[in-house]
Amino acid sequence: MDNVLLDIRDLHCFFGGLHAVNGVSLTIRRDTIQAVIGPNGAGKTTLFNLIAGTISPHKGDVFFKGRKITRRKPHTIAGLGIARTFQTTRLFPEMTVLENVMMGRHIRTRSGFLAGLLNLPYTWKEDRLAEEQSFLILTELGLAGYALEIAANLSFGRQRMVEFARTLAMEPSLLLLDEPAAGLNIYETKELADLILKIRRRGITCLIVEHDMSLVMNISDSVAVLDQGQKIAEGTPREIQRNPEVLRIYLGYDHA
Amino acid sequence: MRRFGRYIPVLLAGVLVVGLQIVLSATDTTYYMTQITMSAYYSLVVIGLCVLMGYGGQVSLGHAGFFAIGGYTCAALTTCNLFAYREVPLIDWLVAMGLAAERQDLYGAWILSFTPWPAFIVSLGLTVLIAFVIGLPVIRLRGHYLAMATLGFGLIVYRVVLGARIFGQADGLSNVPPMKLLNLLEVNGRAAFRVQNYYIAWGAILAVMILSINLIQSRVGRALRSIHQNEEAAQSLGVNTYRYKLFIFVLSALFAAIGGALMTYYNGSIGPSEVNVMKSVRYVAIVAVGGMANLWGALLMGILLNFLSLRGVFGTYDDAVFGAILILIMLFSPQGLLRKPDVAKLRSFFRLGKSDG
Repeated sequence: MDNVLLDIRDLHCFFGGLHAVNGVSLTIRRDTIQAVIGPNGAGKTTLFNLIAGTISPHKGDVFFKGRKITRRKPHTIAGLGIARTFQTTRLFPEMTVLENVMMGRHIRTRSGFLAGLLNLPYTWKEDRLAEEQSFLILTELGLAGYALEIAANLSFGRQRMVEFARTLAMEPSLLLLDEPAAGLNIYETKELADLILKIRRRGITCLIVEHDMSLVMNISDSVAVLDQGQKIAEGTPREIQRNPEVLRIYLGYDHA
Repeated sequence: MRRFGRYIPVLLAGVLVVGLQIVLSATDTTYYMTQITMSAYYSLVVIGLCVLMGYGGQVSLGHAGFFAIGGYTCAALTTCNLFAYREVPLIDWLVAMGLAAERQDLYGAWILSFTPWPAFIVSLGLTVLIAFVIGLPVIRLRGHYLAMATLGFGLIVYRVVLGARIFGQADGLSNVPPMKLLNLLEVNGRAAFRVQNYYIAWGAILAVMILSINLIQSRVGRALRSIHQNEEAAQSLGVNTYRYKLFIFVLSALFAAIGGALMTYYNGSIGPSEVNVMKSVRYVAIVAVGGMANLWGALLMGILLNFLSLRGVFGTYDDAVFGAILILIMLFSPQGLLRKPDVAKLRSFFRLGKSDG
């Protein structure tokens, strides 16, 4: 049981009359890549936001490392070691790439208001360390050359990579990826797949909400399928590909 | 080197300040220093507001209120007469501790009131408290809503000042004593103190500039900028956005109160015109002209525009000029006028021109 990193229990969320997430339960084990797929409007992103704390569920609970995190603020959840990316990349556009990644070190650094105002010497070391670590991550992702570029000037694909670098700088235990392949071409998607596998090797568990079947089927250890707010199937990619119910809702076959 | 390179502009500004003093003294035009000193105190508000608006991404139309809380608290505490309570042991203790003292007012009457330093400390403490209490609910608001809420706060302070007898109603408070600093200097508006007050004011400005520059370049400053640029992303990285916004709001209120308090000791008085909502609008306009996220631009414009205004250059159109400035900025350059990207663009333009020729 202590192998379980994230435990979602009977989660419900309504938007007005719409039962967006309807009794979803999901267990994510350490060091795995868990995917959540489903057609548009299935409640994938809602589920995602419920975990990240952006919205609160009406019923049900989420446990992270055995601790209840339901109804906590997003920044608290981030501080516990849950990082996320956004469906549309959200960098800080006027900051440099390096500063963006350094923002990922925020929860791992301490210097406060007074230390900042007075430029106290101990903050220098902390800042330099954060900068070095951030640069290291950029180097690993092959982005070192863009470190001093203003984030808004980067191409779409690179911005997404910088967002990745930023979440890696947080040293999270769980990384939530919201449609990471959206807008990427097949080569970029392949690179992304390699990157996600590399991230897992660092001991970071990934939860991917995705549309792109090729990405999900190739790298996930387990796939859950959502439809109209409910989990209709769960299993290995191979099992899911053969599941008649999944084929029906995904491909519209009446008889699989 | 990078840790101290940030102070080079401060050093240059210091040299300019000394240079200006030498020029003014040499040309026998030291009377300009009075308006420069006053502009400097107004600029303290502008710097705080620049940090709040430009880096924290929040608008406040109530900063004249904080300026007034600083100034009026000092004025009220140093001009109230405690003789009636002479029997109370607490007053004896205050006098013994040097926190209160007897003095003669302008007309020769003896009054017993608080001395300037304790009044100064209390005024800053009170401002922090009020800014905190106001900020707690208001900081949750954004954009126009925040602007309106702070505007409401400014209006309340204005009405309180106009209505309360201890604040002198429409007359304001005068007969505020000067404040001694270290027995050497004195925040005092008399002609004999002109030069030293010019330096006191600039000392305050440069100190606040150093604090602001430090803050902006620190971990906290980075978090503040991140909130401004994408609040949801900042939260997802573990930034407690509410706490940071509240802090920066209180800090900018504190800067405004320091300006108000020093200005009151310098002028020996404060009146309701300082609390007028148009003053708050003026501060916002100056930050906008200065380039929003540009501390030096805000300082330059703060000194320049306030100086012109105090010299009466804008005549009866004083408030109209600042209103017009705000409208023009919002129409043609809503990101602010003196912006770093524009300066960079200008520089690269000239560099291009050079390589062509």
